[in-house]
Amino acid sequence: MSDNGTFTPVIVGFLCNWCSYRAADLAGTSRMGYPATLRDIRIMCTGRLDPTFVLRALQKGADGVLIMGCHPGQCHYQEGNYKAIRRFALLRRTLRQLGIEDERVQLHWASAAEGVQFAQTVARVTEQIRQLGPLDWARNWPNEDPYAVEEAVHE
Amino acid sequence: MTRISIDPITRLEGHGKIEIFLDVQGNVENCYFQVPELRGFEVFCVGRPVEEMPFLTSRICGVCPEAHMMAAAKACDALYKVEVPPAGKKLRELLYMSFFVTDHTTHFYALGGPDFVVGPDAPAAERNILGVIAKVGLEIGGQVIDTRKRNHRVIEMIGGRPIHPVAAIPGGMTHPITEEQRQEIIAIARKNIEFGQFTISLFHDIVLKNTDYVDLITSDGYTQKTYYMGLVDENNHANFYDGKVRVVGPDGVEHCKYAPNDYREYVAERVEPWSYLKFPYLKKVGWKGFVDGKDSGLYCATPLSRLNAADGLATPLAQAEYERMYETLGGKPVHHTLAAHWARIIELQYAAEHMLELAEDPEVTSSDIRAIPTETPSEGVGIVEAPRGTLTHHYITDEKGILQKVNLIVGTTNNYAPMYVSIRRAAEALIQNGNVNDGVLNKIEMAFRAYDPCLSCATHTLPGQMPLELVVRDRNGEVVHHASQYVAPELLAQPE
Amino acid sequence: MSNQKPKLALYWASSCGGCEIAVLGLHEKILNVAEAFDIVFWPCVMDFKYADVEAMEDGEIDVCLFNGAIRNDENAHMAHLLRQKSKVLVAFGACSYGGSMPGLANFADREAMFQWIYFDSPSTVNPDGVVPQKRSDVPEGELRLPGFWNTVKTLAQVVPVDYFLPGCPPEASSIEIAINAIVSGELPPPGSVIGPDVTVCDECSRKKSEKKIQRFYRPQEIFPDPDICLLEQGLFCAGIATRSGCGAKCPSVGFGCRGCYGPNEGVLDHGAKILTGIASVLDAMTAEEAEAILDTLPDPAGYLYRFHLPDSLLRRKARGNGQRQPVGETSQREPA
Repeated sequence: MSDNGTFTPVIVGFLCNWCSYRAADLAGTSRMGYPATLRDIRIMCTGRLDPTFVLRALQKGADGVLIMGCHPGQCHYQEGNYKAIRRFALLRRTLRQLGIEDERVQLHWASAAEGVQFAQTVARVTEQIRQLGPLDWARNWPNEDPYAVEEAVHE
Repeated sequence: MTRISIDPITRLEGHGKIEIFLDVQGNVENCYFQVPELRGFEVFCVGRPVEEMPFLTSRICGVCPEAHMMAAAKACDALYKVEVPPAGKKLRELLYMSFFVTDHTTHFYALGGPDFVVGPDAPAAERNILGVIAKVGLEIGGQVIDTRKRNHRVIEMIGGRPIHPVAAIPGGMTHPITEEQRQEIIAIARKNIEFGQFTISLFHDIVLKNTDYVDLITSDGYTQKTYYMGLVDENNHANFYDGKVRVVGPDGVEHCKYAPNDYREYVAERVEPWSYLKFPYLKKVGWKGFVDGKDSGLYCATPLSRLNAADGLATPLAQAEYERMYETLGGKPVHHTLAAHWARIIELQYAAEHMLELAEDPEVTSSDIRAIPTETPSEGVGIVEAPRGTLTHHYITDEKGILQKVNLIVGTTNNYAPMYVSIRRAAEALIQNGNVNDGVLNKIEMAFRAYDPCLSCATHTLPGQMPLELVVRDRNGEVVHHASQYVAPELLAQPE
Repeated sequence: MSNQKPKLALYWASSCGGCEIAVLGLHEKILNVAEAFDIVFWPCVMDFKYADVEAMEDGEIDVCLFNGAIRNDENAHMAHLLRQKSKVLVAFGACSYGGSMPGLANFADREAMFQWIYFDSPSTVNPDGVVPQKRSDVPEGELRLPGFWNTVKTLAQVVPVDYFLPGCPPEASSIEIAINAIVSGELPPPGSVIGPDVTVCDECSRKKSEKKIQRFYRPQEIFPDPDICLLEQGLFCAGIATRSGCGAKCPSVGFGCRGCYGPNEGVLDHGAKILTGIASVLDAMTAEEAEAILDTLPDPAGYLYRFHLPDSLLRRKARGNGQRQPVGETSQREPA
């Protein structure tokens, strides 16, 4: 039984190379304090974000996913973050139907200069997910096969 | 108490098994027909848009997807209160008649026919379509394949795919047919009528002229008196696509005739802990157990039931044979389970004739085959006759047409309790003093097979008999008798 | 007694029988199958029993075509047994490959199923609160049923699978390709899907141009142009992210593809791929605009995961209503 107060979420972050990843660097070099919950992964652009990445993260045990990119209109590749907006909108609705709360997967913007905003976003999202508790997705399908010799590995 | 397990039964959509308990004298004490399968369409369709139901429910059965598609489409029409244009109805019914021809053909030639053509006591290896071909000629097999092939072609033309067609949606059909296609369908319908006549005369020659078979059909072991259900039009003629549900009692008197919306007043379903499938029965008569008779709520929905419940058929050749059947078997209603095979080919003939009527109507190529719903969706019931029985789809949606509740009573399900009674009655009549052999097995099968349980297959070279392995164990679990009917002797578990 | 012909088995787990009918849909070509193979197990059509399979040597069956999803103990038992007895095990059709319609049960669970089916449905009369049991006592003895699972699995989630043949059911042309490959021995690497690796759009004859839609339409709401891409007209079609081989028959009669042939090579989650395809046609530059368009597409998860929910990365809807409780086994009640 989880105790929401002491639970430390694991959040996978997808940060775009040109804006939000630099914002994260800035937060770090500026010694800003924010929860160490984010496991960030650099992608060149939020337009690179395949929803499969988000699903994979959740499947593998993440409690949440944070996607951050350049502000709309400022994408290094012009249109990448618009693609992210569209995909994210459909992904969120789909996840809702699968019983995953909106707060667990979020999309935000932070320019390279916005180290403060970055830190604050991570802190806020961490707290929201902390309140929800662990996701622990694999517990949704414990083995029911009485004939299984070992849990079949499924990639 | 000795126990005989028949597991699995095949030629059933999904899986089934029969457990027979013998008393110390070796006579049948009781018998249970279990269905170990469940998928839960009624539950996982909730949350889906209602117009997806023809598509979704089609996957209830890959042999009769057309039946579910039509029942679903009609439930959607009712729910949206949309009137399908006349040409759209004709096009749907045309697809439906073609489907009935192919489905009844498959069952008669591969499952029911062999028992009569080669005989119920013939060696197991011959009791299949191969034996039929050996007896009546190779051409038969070719005709059966061709019948299935040409009618699946019609289903594909109208519905898009030969299996799980998609063209029926709320308000009508998505796609018209061309004049060229209509001409092709007319030619196919004519061939179907010929084939229907051929099949009927085959049945006469091989079954009805054989007094042993007629005795078998009319014997007590295969007779039970239940209520009979079928869809009828306003003239009380059987109609597979549309109409009201009519139920007559074992005495032939009308018990009820209801419109789809009223089905819940008349039909209820019972649960037993040893089966995943529920047992429908007539509410106003009540559940009295697995017994037949006027006081028991059990009802059948088979081709025989449909003809019992109707006053006739709307096409001439089928009507003639309908009259001949009732004259031969002593009037209406007929209670002989095996007569369902005869009723089935009469229905095949009707479907073929009606298919030609529909195809010859030039309106069937109209492009005015769908109406766009304007009303707010709410609740609707759609009923059709599936080849194996009356099929009811009942949907409740929210105001956007997203499903909130789904209730389905599927063809074979109607017959679950009567099938059980038939199997038990046949077993009781045939298993005396523990005497069990291949012939006994086959004859128990025949009681079951007459209902055409939801899956039918096997056309030509593939042996069409039902797999039965009979293992008789004493109280200590020791095998005292082992009988089976196999095609390939080298696959027998023990030498026979 | 030796058999020169390779041994073929066909089995159905949680399925509809359509794959059996699809094999018969080869029509006269099925004679070639019967000539080329010795069919040793096919419960739909032939009389061999489970005991016959159990009596076989391991690997005695050369090819087993297994259709149907795995959703109860009996399905699992046969999956393990046939894997053991077969040299080559093919997941035949969408149920065994992705889960198909039975897989949609992963939006619910056993409790929800039983509650509706045995209690709440309007025609059910169950005053004694009877629920099917794995073991139940009758006066004459004990009767058994296979346990009903909470979560549907694909065949590959239960046993290793050699090949996948997609489709619901596979079209006759796809089955022919597979049978020919098996007979000739020219098979792709183990673990492959047998079929072309282009999408349904490739086979669809509708005219395609720029896809930018302001809204979706439900199929009954409009009369689409019969010659133009359905997705461009606002009708959902998963063809952009679905493997072809089917001839694009559904779009040809005005009904958008629903994804029955499953994903293309290298795709881990079919629903996610369809998602990106659908998202790419939305004429939206802001979240508000995207939301407004998506408001016209109900039940996105049901469209995206129509055929491959169990096969997806998340496999099912969360159980336990999002409450932080252990999701253990609510076992099917057995009598005391």
